[in-house]
Amino acid sequence: MNNFPILSFLTFLPVLGMLIVLFLPKKEVQAIRITTLIVTGLQIVFSIILVMGYNYSAGGINDANSFQFKEFFNWISISDFAGIGKIKIDYFLGVDGLSTPLVLLTAIVTFIATLSSWNIDKSVKGYFLMFLLLDTGMMGTFVALDFFLFYIFWELMLLPMYFLIGIWGGPRREYAAIKFFLYTLFGSIFILLVMIGLYFSSMETLADGTRVFTFNLLELMNTANYTETGILSPLNPNNLRLVAYIALFVGFAIKIPMFPFHTWLPDAHVEAPTAISVILAGVLLKMGTYGILRIAYPIFPEITYQLAWWIALFGMINIIYGALAAMAQKDFKKLIAYSSVSHMGFVMLGMSALNTMGISGAILQMFNHGTITAMLFLIVGVIYDRAHTRDLEAFGGLGKQMPIYTGFVTIAFFAAIGLPGLSGFISEALVFLGGFGSGTTRILAVVSTLGILLGAAYMLWTMQRVYLGSLNEKWKDLTDLTGREYAMLVPLTIIVIYLGVNPSPMLNLMNASVNAMVKFIADAQVFYSSINTL
Amino acid sequence: MTESVLINISLAILFLPLFGFVVTLLLGKKVKSIYLFEVFILTIVLISAIVLAFGKLSYFIDHKIVSEIEWFRLTDTIVIKLGFLIDNLTVLMLFVVALISALVHYFSVAYMKGDERYNRYFAYLGIFTFSMNGIVLTNNILMMYIFWELVGLSSYLLIGFWFEKKSAADAGKKAFLVNRIGDLGMFAGILILFLTYNTFSFDTIFQSISAGKIPFNSEFWLTLTGILLFMGAVGKSAQFPLHVWLPDAMEGPTPVSALIHAATMVAAGVYLTVRIFGLLTADAMMFIAVIGMLSAFIPATIALTQNDIKKVLAYSTVSQLGYMVMALGVGAYKFAFFHLVTHAFFKACLFLGSGSVIHAMHHEQDIRNMGGLRKKLPLTYATFLLSSLAISGIPLTSGFLSKDGILASAFAFGSLTGYWIFAVVGFLVALLTAFYMFRLIIITFHGEPRDHHKYDHAHESPFVMAMPLVVLAGLSIFIWYTPNPISADQGWFLTKWIETPELHAPNSTRFDFMQSEVVAETQQVAEHNSSHGEITYSEKYTEAMHSAHYPAMFLSLFVAIAGILTAFVFYQWKKVNVEKLTASIKPLYNFSLNKWYIDEFYHKTFVAGLLGLSKIIYWFDATIVDGIVNGSATVTRAISTFTGAFDKYVVDGLVNFMAYLSGFIGLIFRRIQTGKVQTYIVLVIFSIIILFFFF
Repeated sequence: MNNFPILSFLTFLPVLGMLIVLFLPKKEVQAIRITTLIVTGLQIVFSIILVMGYNYSAGGINDANSFQFKEFFNWISISDFAGIGKIKIDYFLGVDGLSTPLVLLTAIVTFIATLSSWNIDKSVKGYFLMFLLLDTGMMGTFVALDFFLFYIFWELMLLPMYFLIGIWGGPRREYAAIKFFLYTLFGSIFILLVMIGLYFSSMETLADGTRVFTFNLLELMNTANYTETGILSPLNPNNLRLVAYIALFVGFAIKIPMFPFHTWLPDAHVEAPTAISVILAGVLLKMGTYGILRIAYPIFPEITYQLAWWIALFGMINIIYGALAAMAQKDFKKLIAYSSVSHMGFVMLGMSALNTMGISGAILQMFNHGTITAMLFLIVGVIYDRAHTRDLEAFGGLGKQMPIYTGFVTIAFFAAIGLPGLSGFISEALVFLGGFGSGTTRILAVVSTLGILLGAAYMLWTMQRVYLGSLNEKWKDLTDLTGREYAMLVPLTIIVIYLGVNPSPMLNLMNASVNAMVKFIADAQVFYSSINTL
Repeated sequence: MTESVLINISLAILFLPLFGFVVTLLLGKKVKSIYLFEVFILTIVLISAIVLAFGKLSYFIDHKIVSEIEWFRLTDTIVIKLGFLIDNLTVLMLFVVALISALVHYFSVAYMKGDERYNRYFAYLGIFTFSMNGIVLTNNILMMYIFWELVGLSSYLLIGFWFEKKSAADAGKKAFLVNRIGDLGMFAGILILFLTYNTFSFDTIFQSISAGKIPFNSEFWLTLTGILLFMGAVGKSAQFPLHVWLPDAMEGPTPVSALIHAATMVAAGVYLTVRIFGLLTADAMMFIAVIGMLSAFIPATIALTQNDIKKVLAYSTVSQLGYMVMALGVGAYKFAFFHLVTHAFFKACLFLGSGSVIHAMHHEQDIRNMGGLRKKLPLTYATFLLSSLAISGIPLTSGFLSKDGILASAFAFGSLTGYWIFAVVGFLVALLTAFYMFRLIIITFHGEPRDHHKYDHAHESPFVMAMPLVVLAGLSIFIWYTPNPISADQGWFLTKWIETPELHAPNSTRFDFMQSEVVAETQQVAEHNSSHGEITYSEKYTEAMHSAHYPAMFLSLFVAIAGILTAFVFYQWKKVNVEKLTASIKPLYNFSLNKWYIDEFYHKTFVAGLLGLSKIIYWFDATIVDGIVNGSATVTRAISTFTGAFDKYVVDGLVNFMAYLSGFIGLIFRRIQTGKVQTYIVLVIFSIIILFFFF
């Protein structure tokens, strides 16, 4: 098993699926769906194999040796290119405790989304081609350890997402798709600029002793590699690291989405088909916070320290602002979209604490929000498929008409509220314990607890408007869940309950890396302050 | 009997109801009689609780059993644990919960018969019992918070059980949200505790406090921690100003009101305060006493005028819980827990009795439509009367003992600290309680029937409903707690079963009468003692309690009888025209009838404010934040339109103009291109001459 390139396999399996789908005739819609289902199912199998072979004591983060399932070879190597020296881009994959949970999450959510895509009937072939391409982009983003490679995967997701919303979306799909595309692209430009800046500020020493510019993320984290004059080098007294950090942060923050860059999200969600909303909220939003943790934190640890309070502040704004905006919604899906804004705020609050509990809580919250919010969007999908409306005022009393469905709704809603016994509670509690534990973010964490109350308020209000009260006669023909809907909701429910009762499997996966991260940032802080005093 | 046996029994008590919940919920649709499984489970739980209490009180009476397991860990120092703490409080409380829960299960078999979600109702009772047992059994504050929230969930589900009714759905939501406000405070308290002590375990926290470690090294923060944790109790035990959810919670089925909203869940707040008693400073206790006093007084005044049988009982519950909380505030730890137990029994009996009445009257709850029911429902009447005597504090009942203890403590507290207000309000509330309870009894059971149709169809309840009433009424008699009917001080309940609380807050932060006296002796002894917390109350306190005993007892007996007599004068013998009297104090009457307008106030301020704020935020989001995004898109498009036009008309125009110009010039000069050599020669000559002149 040791030499099997499992990460490449996970990443490019969907491309293989694309090839098969490409050769299937257009009319064979069932075959196309089943191919996709098999591909995503295999991804789950292989990500479970990945977890089974995972070494729980290896930290990763900045240490190349403790990354697991590594794959490394020179991808692009041009010697002496146009006078700027050797260009070297590596095909470098690997996972640690930060990415493994997200690989698992991607596999699960994509599989569920495939099931949810079953009722897409408009150019099915094109849809699943795009869907599989998106899958590759997502997997690749989480396993890439070379900045350039990461950026390619990051951008690779944009295109299929644009078409998936723009062609298979709702009435205002074009507006939403363009808004999503341009907004994310706008962020990508910042990331690109910082990437290039970093490239020219750091040199990696190769085995033969030559020093070359590098995109290798782990080399970029090594302070010994910085050049004296690089624009983003801490050794350069006039460096632009603070500006670069903010630019990089904004690039990632658009994806989270962080206030005030969040307005693409409600539009994209409302227009996207259910399956795409599930992927968008379940996986794509995590890329923002993942990017910050993977790239911004370890490459700019001293700026992270410096700006921790601001990250927490924006986390707090997301939590409270998102919750209040959710409360004002009349469209079910938009409400869930704003609730995502609020819940991603917990991730930011947790990671700003820069301590074990906070960062553990943040990563766990990424995973938990992925599963819970996937459930919430599926729930909206179930009702929209039947009633063809998402107007919260149009319903009432569905609990009587669709009791089993309402049972799942109750679990998902209370998970979103952070009820103990369900997974959301553990991550939120860790985020608050971490946030309160850090002197920098303490007050912001206390204010953020208001989010728990507001979350309960809008969720229970929704519960009441849609499911409780007397049944609107218009809906007396709605049927309860179908087999396919069970297949989507039951696995997620099991995960949500299991991780609520026993979070250890997930936390053990992360612990070594979280601690490595906390230690690395603390150590780096010491190092950077020594530079500043020189 | 060994410790591990007790722990295993506790595990069974905790998890059996959960098992019952899962089975009943999953099979509820298919197996019609699955509810019997849940009823059976609860019977087992009750037997286990009795065995546990018996085992603990006979073999380990002075022994605290703690058992912990690791839940998850982040580093070697951050380890989150779950665990049991089995002391006398635990087993007594478990017995109360299991008994009332089992009785309510039996009662519900008949009461809920014919409901379309009959099985689901029993499933919900199961998850409630599980959650409540968790609160009682835990040894750490985080686990308590976990079960605390689960109790909130069960309460939400049970209040809104008849969710088709908007009022029921509203009430469930309100209960959950109001509780969450309190829980936020509790959670903040937990954050402070964990930051300071790196553990959630009560014992470890208390030991660290005794060793002098307090949050942020400040007594103020210790006080604040106590108050924040107590906020959780304010929510759960429906204390002022968060009491508003409890009366609305009466929308739930009546047996649920008896179980959750009278005897157990609402007592959880008091139980929490009992558990954290050791870390409370004098300031925190003062705060608690004031909240308790207000919560005892305000609802008592509201209960005077209510006409819904369950609402009267609900307000009386808040008021009695206020007594318990106030008791804790004035340091009467034992009496607070004692009253919790006695109140659980007689209030459950009252609620189930009201359920029996409502059942007999075909879901009529307005006492103005009742009357004369004692003839139709003799057993219900007898048990209701006995429990009412208990809540009013008449000798030979359990309520007399516990309430008298609280009043005496408030009296003693007044004499020790000069704050007499608690005693004054305590006696006043005792008067009001006796009055409104007998007003309720007289209007419901005495006199002539007012709604003859319903009266004629009324019938005494079946055995499964009557039996719980008899058991609970039986437990409202003094003999279970003490052999002496007028004082519980020497009884086994207060001397043997309930331990003296251990105090851990630094001496300087305690009331004078709660100082550890050993402090005056050598340092070594002090350390030794404080780590065990053996000394709790000073001699002064014992003396004050002693001298308060008889005055308090006679005064409380006097006000109870006065209250009952007044009720008889007003409603039975009708010596006073009640309508005329209420008309003469119309504003006061309305103030009470409308519950001090507290709900209206909250609606106009907090609820409306929050909804308004959310609308403003969303407007801001859609108009300003998204407006900037769309605006920048518009601006970009405008610029591109402009550059497009510039490109088309200016840049490209210039190009086209040049082409046109060259064409035009060509047009002019083509005249020269005649093809005749002569013309060319002339031109060449002219050109040479011109060049010659210029250069």
